[in-house]
Amino acid sequence: MQRSLVPISILGLAGCAGDLSILDPAGPAAASIAQLWWVMLAGSALLCAVVFIPLGLAFRRRPKARPRGTRFWIIGLGLGMTGAVLTALMIYAFFVGLRTIPLPAPAVVRISAEADQYNWTFRHPGAGPEDVIEVEGILHLPAGRPVDLSVSATDVIHAFWAPRLAGKIDAIPGHDNILRLVADQPGIYRGQCAEYCGTGHSAHVFSVVVHSPDSWARFTGQEP
Amino acid sequence: MTALQLHKDLSRIWGSDKGWCGIFTTVNHTTIGKRFIVTALFYFGVAGILSMLIRAQLATPASAFVGPDVYNQLFTMHGSIMMFLFAIPMFEGLAMYLLPKMLGARDMAFPRLSALGWWCYFFGGAILLVALLVGAAPDGGWFMYTPLSDKVHTPGINADVWLLGVTFVEISAMCAAIEIITSILILRAPGMRLDRMPLFAWYLLVTAGMMLFAFPPLILGSILLEIERAFGWPFYSIDKGGDPLLWQHLFWLFGHPEVYIIFLPAAGAISTILPVMARTPIIGYGWIVGAILSLAFLSFGLWVHHMFTTGIPSMALAFFSAASGLVAIPTGVQIFAWLGTLWEGRPQLKLPMLYLIGFFVVFVIGGLTGVMLAMVPFDVQAHDTAFVTAHLHYVLVGGFVFPMLAAAYYWLPHIIGRLGIFRLGEAAFWMIFVGFNLTFFLMHLTGLLGMPRRVETYSGETGWAWLNLISSIGGFVMAFGFALFVIDVGLQIFLGRQASRNPWGAGTLEWSMPRGSPVYNFASLPDVQSREPLHDEPDLAPSLARGEGWLGMARAGRRETLAVDPVSGEARSIVILPGNSAFPFVMACCLAGFFLSMLFSLYPLAPVFLVGVTVIGWMWLWKGGRTRDLGVIEAADGKTLPVHDEAPQPPAWWATTLALAASGTLLVSLLFGFSFLWTVAPAWPPQIRMEAALGELIVAAAGLVLAGLGVRMATTAVRQGAGPRARGLPLLMAMAGQALGVAALISTLILRAPPPSGHAYAAILWILFCYAIFHGALALLGLAFVFLRGRRGYISARRSAAIQSVRLWSDYGSVVTLIALGVGMISAVV
Repeated sequence: MQRSLVPISILGLAGCAGDLSILDPAGPAAASIAQLWWVMLAGSALLCAVVFIPLGLAFRRRPKARPRGTRFWIIGLGLGMTGAVLTALMIYAFFVGLRTIPLPAPAVVRISAEADQYNWTFRHPGAGPEDVIEVEGILHLPAGRPVDLSVSATDVIHAFWAPRLAGKIDAIPGHDNILRLVADQPGIYRGQCAEYCGTGHSAHVFSVVVHSPDSWARFTGQEP
Repeated sequence: MTALQLHKDLSRIWGSDKGWCGIFTTVNHTTIGKRFIVTALFYFGVAGILSMLIRAQLATPASAFVGPDVYNQLFTMHGSIMMFLFAIPMFEGLAMYLLPKMLGARDMAFPRLSALGWWCYFFGGAILLVALLVGAAPDGGWFMYTPLSDKVHTPGINADVWLLGVTFVEISAMCAAIEIITSILILRAPGMRLDRMPLFAWYLLVTAGMMLFAFPPLILGSILLEIERAFGWPFYSIDKGGDPLLWQHLFWLFGHPEVYIIFLPAAGAISTILPVMARTPIIGYGWIVGAILSLAFLSFGLWVHHMFTTGIPSMALAFFSAASGLVAIPTGVQIFAWLGTLWEGRPQLKLPMLYLIGFFVVFVIGGLTGVMLAMVPFDVQAHDTAFVTAHLHYVLVGGFVFPMLAAAYYWLPHIIGRLGIFRLGEAAFWMIFVGFNLTFFLMHLTGLLGMPRRVETYSGETGWAWLNLISSIGGFVMAFGFALFVIDVGLQIFLGRQASRNPWGAGTLEWSMPRGSPVYNFASLPDVQSREPLHDEPDLAPSLARGEGWLGMARAGRRETLAVDPVSGEARSIVILPGNSAFPFVMACCLAGFFLSMLFSLYPLAPVFLVGVTVIGWMWLWKGGRTRDLGVIEAADGKTLPVHDEAPQPPAWWATTLALAASGTLLVSLLFGFSFLWTVAPAWPPQIRMEAALGELIVAAAGLVLAGLGVRMATTAVRQGAGPRARGLPLLMAMAGQALGVAALISTLILRAPPPSGHAYAAILWILFCYAIFHGALALLGLAFVFLRGRRGYISARRSAAIQSVRLWSDYGSVVTLIALGVGMISAVV
């Protein structure tokens, strides 16, 4: 499980838990992104030290050292170190990215989300091939199964975001954007509109109910 | 002649008009530069107050301080004012004040254009400010995404205020870009080769070049949106073939380079101040120039990183992510060049240096979070959360505000001739620095805990309350810090002790001027042999004041400065600059009339003001010039030079070329929009196409041949010193050619194009044709202008500058006419 890589309790950041916290992931995409964040945070702390320590020491009175010149400062640190760190990070982030995009997978559930000012309408597959279960404000998902959410909007641009499950995707009139969602455990999660959409933006929220297999079967009417 | 006499004579020639009318007629770069700086500071205060209101609202959960309608205006105006009315004008002011002084010139290349720029800024800013005061301010975010900003979803005047006000202010940005590039390239002291230029000039040269190419996409996007709102031509509405993503592309094509347009001038200030504080030359001059150029290049290739969540294909995301990360390399090169300079020098912790340390800490953190956000997977989580708010403030406050505060303390002794006496500057620094980090450091965590941007309220259960309270407290500490800074500067202005001429021991030319900067800058212009001329010749200042350099004379009441070869810095000609003029003010008034009649939907009035703009423009250009040749005249002891309009490639030629480059960028953006909609927007291909217009195409091609031949024959005739008839006939032929082109365009629009309000296809074609008609008409006016100038004796074999510029306008007009008709034809048949 990805979450074991990020021992949040050990870091003493219990405050990172929360209904909308990126740092309290509940799905593989959100988990690998959270891990990416912790790695980048550690790297950034190191890089800050590389800049701030010489910056502080430069003001101390010291015997005149042999000048190091452009070779050390610009080619070594500016080009070399920056380039190396960046290359490593981009390769890592590329593989994290691969885990979040909607690659073909078996038994993908297809659900559509439609945003307007200021509602969310979710259309889930029902018992028959033509059946659609339409729910306002609550998205229902099966636990452990990949879901491709097709996101669009009818008036202005909104964005679908359930931070504990995955990153966000814009809901744009005339476009259908696909977001891959996987939720590890049954439960209730929260989501909100992330793109400024007018005076009701802050209240443009929704819930995500993640079902166990039995519960999902009951919800869709596809009794096992 | 004594130094005092020379000072008196030059002051009389270069001085502003006496009395209140001098306010409206001055064109002096020192005055205009200070005006830009003071006005920008005023707007910094306004936007700062707005941010305090934002922080007051967010300090506690479920706050009832302001409602969402007011809150949306607050954050929209905070962002828009900081970007368009503070940051850009601030650096324009710094550039206008400093550049001629650093480069060893007496003014900018186009003094009247500087004044026009400030008046446009003044009026455009006033439109936004008044809208804010009466509660009709824009409320669609500083990014103004459609469809939220279209007529359906924002029916009021709010969005029009943004589109028209900001576009008005952008006129001043375009003026500044043209003027800064021309001034840096040719108005330098003799001997100042490109590689001897102060780094500050390199930074501003690149910045101005970026403005030239970054602003046209935004100007186009704003024009299209305003036309959609006003007349219902569809560009962004999805059901009629438009696409809201087109706005995002055009906006961020501007918006991303904009960040570097703001950062680079500040970095230029750092590269100037930091080596002086470290008492050593900067290391890696060439590396830094390379870094600036690659930053400029890269910055145009990463606008999509603001759109990672819009559903762009994964491969494109990977490309733009890599490009965004790559920007860290030239930035890293600069950071380590500065750090190395400090390390190898003997840095002193004077006040400007203290603010530079603030820059280092804040900007490096902002840069690191920037690299994080360039990684697509992280961005799709952090995008549009408080994490990004924190990031952008670290970058912009670190990368612009702290360096500007350092610059303020560094150059204040130059601007006012006085030094600070109290230690308030230090206290202000600590309050700003601590307050800033208190506000924004923990805001990263607020974002990671899921708080989105642009929400006016949140519930207490989210766990964001304590973070927001700390941010609000920090914000108010920072505000008091800025208030202390203003008080400190005020005290320095009124009570400071006299500064010596070069208080920091700097090596650049602006410190060789007498205290309190005389209106003419230098009584004579120096010969520059190195990057730090003042370190080579400590006695440069008195020698220049005695008139021992170039142009050490007050001749015939003319404002004279030198033009050099752009690369080698050899003296090439004497530029005679225009004197005080009311044209900039009157022109800005006409433009204000135009923008206001658009804003209040008084559409019949708008063309009246455009006629006014044309008439003023004509008179503006008509003034100046001579009816006899001056030949070569004395420039220094034993050296003679021609005057600028009797030399090849005068400033006007540069201005024309640069203006056409900017206009060409607008055209390319429009064609990009056309192909973008064609391939991406849903309601395509269009039901009704344009009819093929072969006849018009042939007429326009004939027009192109006539115009091209005519203007070339006229140029040759002028060069050979032919009489008025031999020059006039080919010009008439060229005018006939341009008229044919315009007629072909109008005929195609009326007879063969579908109405513009039906589909984005037709709307874009109409815009394209109107663009070509505009340029055809401009070419016609230009040709008529040189025709009449020639008949009045203003043009001779030596004085052929005007006809060279008009030839560029005419050729461009012909080419865009053909492009418009060609694109129309292709779109009719494919």
